[in-house]
Amino acid sequence: MSENVITVKNLVKKFGSFIANDNLNFEVAAGEIFGFLGANGAGKTTTIRILSGLSKPTSGEVKVAGFDAYRQTEQIKKNIGYMSQKFSLYEDLTVKENIILYGGIYGMKKALIMTRISELLAKLKFQEYENRIIADLPLGLRQKLAFSVAVLHEPKIVFLDEPTGGVDPITRRQFWEMIYETSERGITVFVTTHYMDEAEYCDRVSIMSEGRIVALDTPENLKNQYNAASVEDVFIKIARPVNN
Amino acid sequence: MTAHLRQECPGKQFSPLSKSDKMQKAIESSGISKNFGTTKALTDISFSVDESEVFGFIGPDGGGKTTLFRIITTLLLPDAGSIKVLGLDCIHDYKELRKNIGYMPGRFSLYQDLSVEENLNFYATVFGTTVAENYDLISDIYSHIEPFKKRLAGKLSGGMKQKLALSCALIHKPRLLVLDEPTTGVDAVSRSEFWDMLAKLRKHNITILVSTPYMDEAMRCDRVALIQNGRILSVDTPQKIREAFSRKLYTVRSRQKYKLLCTLRDFPGTHSAFPFGDSVHVTFQNELIDISLQEFLKKQGLTDAVVQEAEAGIEDRFLELMENI
Repeated sequence: MSENVITVKNLVKKFGSFIANDNLNFEVAAGEIFGFLGANGAGKTTTIRILSGLSKPTSGEVKVAGFDAYRQTEQIKKNIGYMSQKFSLYEDLTVKENIILYGGIYGMKKALIMTRISELLAKLKFQEYENRIIADLPLGLRQKLAFSVAVLHEPKIVFLDEPTGGVDPITRRQFWEMIYETSERGITVFVTTHYMDEAEYCDRVSIMSEGRIVALDTPENLKNQYNAASVEDVFIKIARPVNN
Repeated sequence: MTAHLRQECPGKQFSPLSKSDKMQKAIESSGISKNFGTTKALTDISFSVDESEVFGFIGPDGGGKTTLFRIITTLLLPDAGSIKVLGLDCIHDYKELRKNIGYMPGRFSLYQDLSVEENLNFYATVFGTTVAENYDLISDIYSHIEPFKKRLAGKLSGGMKQKLALSCALIHKPRLLVLDEPTTGVDAVSRSEFWDMLAKLRKHNITILVSTPYMDEAMRCDRVALIQNGRILSVDTPQKIREAFSRKLYTVRSRQKYKLLCTLRDFPGTHSAFPFGDSVHVTFQNELIDISLQEFLKKQGLTDAVVQEAEAGIEDRFLELMENI
């Protein structure tokens, strides 16, 4: 088993009397594709904010990329990448300007950024878009670029929050191939999605309900355990407490 | 922008809203086009919807669904083409038409600083009716949020906001309900529940027009239009759309998912290979798969690979249509 890049022990996060994360325990290995599922309001965003150093736990032990989630949040931020459906790139900057901006924020040397730009544009077959502003790009291209930018600095972990929402079916699949490639390079992919077919592409999947992790295993084992044909069926069975 | 805004059309008589005419279509669209500057949002959109039908527009974001729904709900004027809704012209008869349409936009658009109850009363009053008068229509949906009727709309959870928005869109008993991406960003359980609510509305003979980026939801509609880049790719019942898939489809499964996908792409006889959940959907150049595929997979170390014939789904057909463009 390879080393763990995320370790969560007895994580609790409270907002006043509301318990958003109720005693979470899990580990994520280097290079793993980890699907983080749950119904709306189950507490996923709270966990992701803690894991990315934006919010501190109320109690429990959390380590990300070897750093402590209470005291070393700045080091955590340097070692992770993040993209979401809602916000990723600056719409009024060009493709190239966005890459330079993010490279600079991550503290990369100018020469390295320039090398990465040409590599990245060639790989995405994006050369013609280099000087176009983001607002002019179709959603699918934007999301692929946003993902590439999120791993520009070769982080240990990349967090993807509903990265494929509303994206066309071909681009959605190309996006997942990028996820596979990233994982093969050893980068851990921590991903949320409402497309249950995408959950099947993950190495392991956790399902959260009302602040707790109610299931965590490989898609295959989950299906066997719950006698279900798909992860979607598993999800429907357990993602929401009965009578709610 | 002013060119897009609607102007008064004085003196135009509208045709009567007759319910007795069995042949009347709920929506008849012919050659609708709409541009925003150089962006072609809609190109030559023609389709019709029968009364009491649940009709879905299925396609990714940026496909033109919202623009089309804004034209249908008389909020936007088309550049070309004609469109009749409930027998009324969308351009000239908009005042009469608006009384008969319930519209739930993609973004939550109720008053966040009014309570649940106040929002509902407001919408009822605007349409000259009362909550009591049409309560039976919304009772299945509204009963879930009624215990929270004093709560501000802005303080509701996502699922509750959705139920309130649907109640408000229905409170004047519209003949056409237009729902723009009601399930986007909603988890799989809540999506399924939402479609159950729509199914219950059928008994009230309301025509329902709904858009979604989730291909699997097509199966909950009577008929669907697949839409991409402002053009309709296909209009039919979900079953007929699936049957229109032109090749024999196979699923291949292996524990090594990514390797399987790459290997299938490399196989000389492969026509297309797309990941679909726990399997890869594959079509071949010549319909038959021979033993050479199994050997090919084995040689690459995929000894556990299982190949099976399969029925195409809506998404398979959508991918096929996208590739043919």
